[in-house]
Amino acid sequence: MYGWEFPPFISGGLGIACHDITKELIDFGVEVNFVLPNFPDNIENSTKVNIINSSKIRVSKTEFLERKDSIKELLNLHKIDSILSPYITEYEYLEKLESLQEFSNFEEKTNSYLLNINASYGPNLLAEASRYAFIAGFIAQKVEHDIIHVHDWMTVLAGIEARKFSSKPLIYQVHALETDRSDKDSLNINVFNIEKYGLEQADLIIAVSHYTKACIVENYGINPDKIKVVHNSVSKVKVKTSNNKIVTKKDGQKLVLFLGRVTYQKGPDYFLEAAAKILKFDKNIQFVIAGHGDMINRLIERTAELKIGNKVHFTGFLNRVEVEALFRAADIYVMPSVSEPFGISGLEAALFDVPVILSKQTGVSEVLHNSLKVDFWDTNELANQIISLLKNPALEKQILLGAARELKETQWENSARKIIDIYETMTQRAHNYA
Amino acid sequence: MPSICFYFQVHQPKRLRKYTIFDINNSHHYEDDVANSQIMQKVANKCYLPMNKILLDLIHQHQGNFKVAFSISGVAIEQMKIYSPETLESFKELVATGHVELLGETFYHSLAAVFSETEFRKQIQKHKELMLQEFNYKTKIFRNTELIYNDNIARIASEEGFKAIITEGTEKILGWKSPSFVYKPVSAQNMKLLLKNYSLSDDIAFRFSNQAWNEFPLDTEKYSKWIHSLDGNAETINLFMDYETYGEHQWQETGIFEFMKVLPERIMQHPSFSFNTPSEVIEKYEAKDFIASPNLISWADTERDLSAWMGNYIQDDSLEKIYSLEKRVYATKNSNIIETWQSLLTSDHFYYMCTKYFSDGDVHKYFNPYETPYEAYINYQNVLTDFENRLIIIEKEFSQKRKFIAKKPNSLKAKKALELERI
Repeated sequence: MYGWEFPPFISGGLGIACHDITKELIDFGVEVNFVLPNFPDNIENSTKVNIINSSKIRVSKTEFLERKDSIKELLNLHKIDSILSPYITEYEYLEKLESLQEFSNFEEKTNSYLLNINASYGPNLLAEASRYAFIAGFIAQKVEHDIIHVHDWMTVLAGIEARKFSSKPLIYQVHALETDRSDKDSLNINVFNIEKYGLEQADLIIAVSHYTKACIVENYGINPDKIKVVHNSVSKVKVKTSNNKIVTKKDGQKLVLFLGRVTYQKGPDYFLEAAAKILKFDKNIQFVIAGHGDMINRLIERTAELKIGNKVHFTGFLNRVEVEALFRAADIYVMPSVSEPFGISGLEAALFDVPVILSKQTGVSEVLHNSLKVDFWDTNELANQIISLLKNPALEKQILLGAARELKETQWENSARKIIDIYETMTQRAHNYA
Repeated sequence: MPSICFYFQVHQPKRLRKYTIFDINNSHHYEDDVANSQIMQKVANKCYLPMNKILLDLIHQHQGNFKVAFSISGVAIEQMKIYSPETLESFKELVATGHVELLGETFYHSLAAVFSETEFRKQIQKHKELMLQEFNYKTKIFRNTELIYNDNIARIASEEGFKAIITEGTEKILGWKSPSFVYKPVSAQNMKLLLKNYSLSDDIAFRFSNQAWNEFPLDTEKYSKWIHSLDGNAETINLFMDYETYGEHQWQETGIFEFMKVLPERIMQHPSFSFNTPSEVIEKYEAKDFIASPNLISWADTERDLSAWMGNYIQDDSLEKIYSLEKRVYATKNSNIIETWQSLLTSDHFYYMCTKYFSDGDVHKYFNPYETPYEAYINYQNVLTDFENRLIIIEKEFSQKRKFIAKKPNSLKAKKALELERI
């Protein structure tokens, strides 16, 4: 299994999902070798998973020189299009990267190379993904396996490389797509191309929702028969009591929460517009926008323009304990995403007994039926739903009752079971061909 | 000599339009005229008009030996008048043959029987008057909304002058007894009870086009054989179902119309069998036994109870709120307010809020204009809020008038106003 992040080093839902899936697979008796770009030695991982740190893989000089040309091909794959890309720095970086020696440490003692891969989401992400792919080939040679399972575009090139060596079936699990992350104008064509190439190359694709499956078919022209849907899930949180107070609620005041990256994809601007409409009906409501992102300044300006600054609270980036404190304080959780492949935080909010409003453009709305649903752009309807929910305790009670029942059925165990079924079909199929 | 007794339910609710918080106090128009018109016309074209024609032909063809009964809700009639007058005409034509019986029900297809006896009686009367006015027909037999029934409802129907009442032939009240005989409610001994044969009824209404059913496809030969096999063990075989079964739930392509065109002939090939209306059936046969039903039953879902309309938080909240306004609504003596309130009692509003099978996507969805029960609840509550605000305004006007009267008791005007109010 190839993944880009793993707890405790995570920056989003991807790492948590990878961790929880892996843990369940291991519980079912699947042996998982989880290949990460980098993982510190001194950190003990919480699962029984065998973590392989790509940055610790030694590649002998002969092997390195042999494979260098083939990795050039891999780099060429997106170099062609990178001229179109606004990220010139990235392009320059790739140019440089062609001579891989410059970016690897040669150890005289062992006569081998070590690539130190930076598993962040910085401007060199594309290049790092390529270097990671290079190592993947060597790992596939050394570690015995039956299935290659990759998560998102950062690792799909690695999967393709690995398959060259082992000829094992390649499964590409899509947690997010470039078309979700950005609107048409700011789309990173390099990333899009890697995704498209990976989706075409994969023997089977796992989409985290039907919504994502439809995106893969429509935006990337992939045959729907090749795509299986396995919904994400949520692990039961141990409710820690903490005195951490992110916000203070006055008596009788209600708190409506937005939580997530403050970016175009997450739709915080629609949340703000709805807040302005709601405050005309009821002044005793506090709106919290928790998270950080490139839209934050624009939103703060808009808040001032709408003259609702005293009712809208920006928290900035929050750690896990703070997030949980906020969930406990919230009366409603809103996820107004423009495009959300899944959206685990919707399930998390429900775990904290918070009624949830989801945009219809989210994967989680396929799983959490006991929620209110709204088109992300329909701020009138969002206002309508928020007010109704605050005004009618019967509605909140009914939603929470239904959501609690649904959460019992929404478990990683079930997701893992579906993945194992897919593994079995794939190995069977590979066996038949051989 | 067993009787075959067909009764068809005709009902179309007045669906509410999308009504948000922004509409409250701004618009008092609650109904979705476009959807209601479209649905009425669609169902008229697919079911009411073609099926009425078939029934009319059958009545002529069999020279009065083929008979059926209808129960048509007041809200359905009101909508036919506006959106499909030709449908109402074709029903009138059927009734005019003298071989079609009309049953009594609540005008608004409501759950009033469960929540307010006074309102229940009012709606029964209002429906009686409508049948008299539109069809010149005096209803004699009562069927309650969704065949909801218990001993108390039977008692009220009897006091309202009905000779019999119809309900579901469920084991819950029958035990080992057969639905194929006439009975009496324990609570109304001067009255008879007719019970739906749900097995044979649902073969047509639900299973007719179900390819997974081991009896599929159902033809008239097979069906009449099942009916004939009851000879000697049955006096009346009551086939009760939604009229929309024909052409709307079971599409024309399933062959449902062809099935019905031939069925009467097939059944009457056996000399012991004949078609009778519910009124004829209760004249023809003596009651075999008493039936007790202390608990409420209905013909809905596998539970045969009221859980499609009440029992969850949002349904109970809505029902409680709307029925709590009854006295205040009538105190206004404003016919517009009263009728609007009564329209909001239609059972379908609460059916849309059912969460029973909600998570697994179900039959209920087919009849539901809302994507989720929560959406249905929000919309209904918004309408209710606006309605109550209107009520409050009227009440304020009333009390101001009263103050005015109290201040000047001697003025002639005030005395008259007081008198008027008393009346």
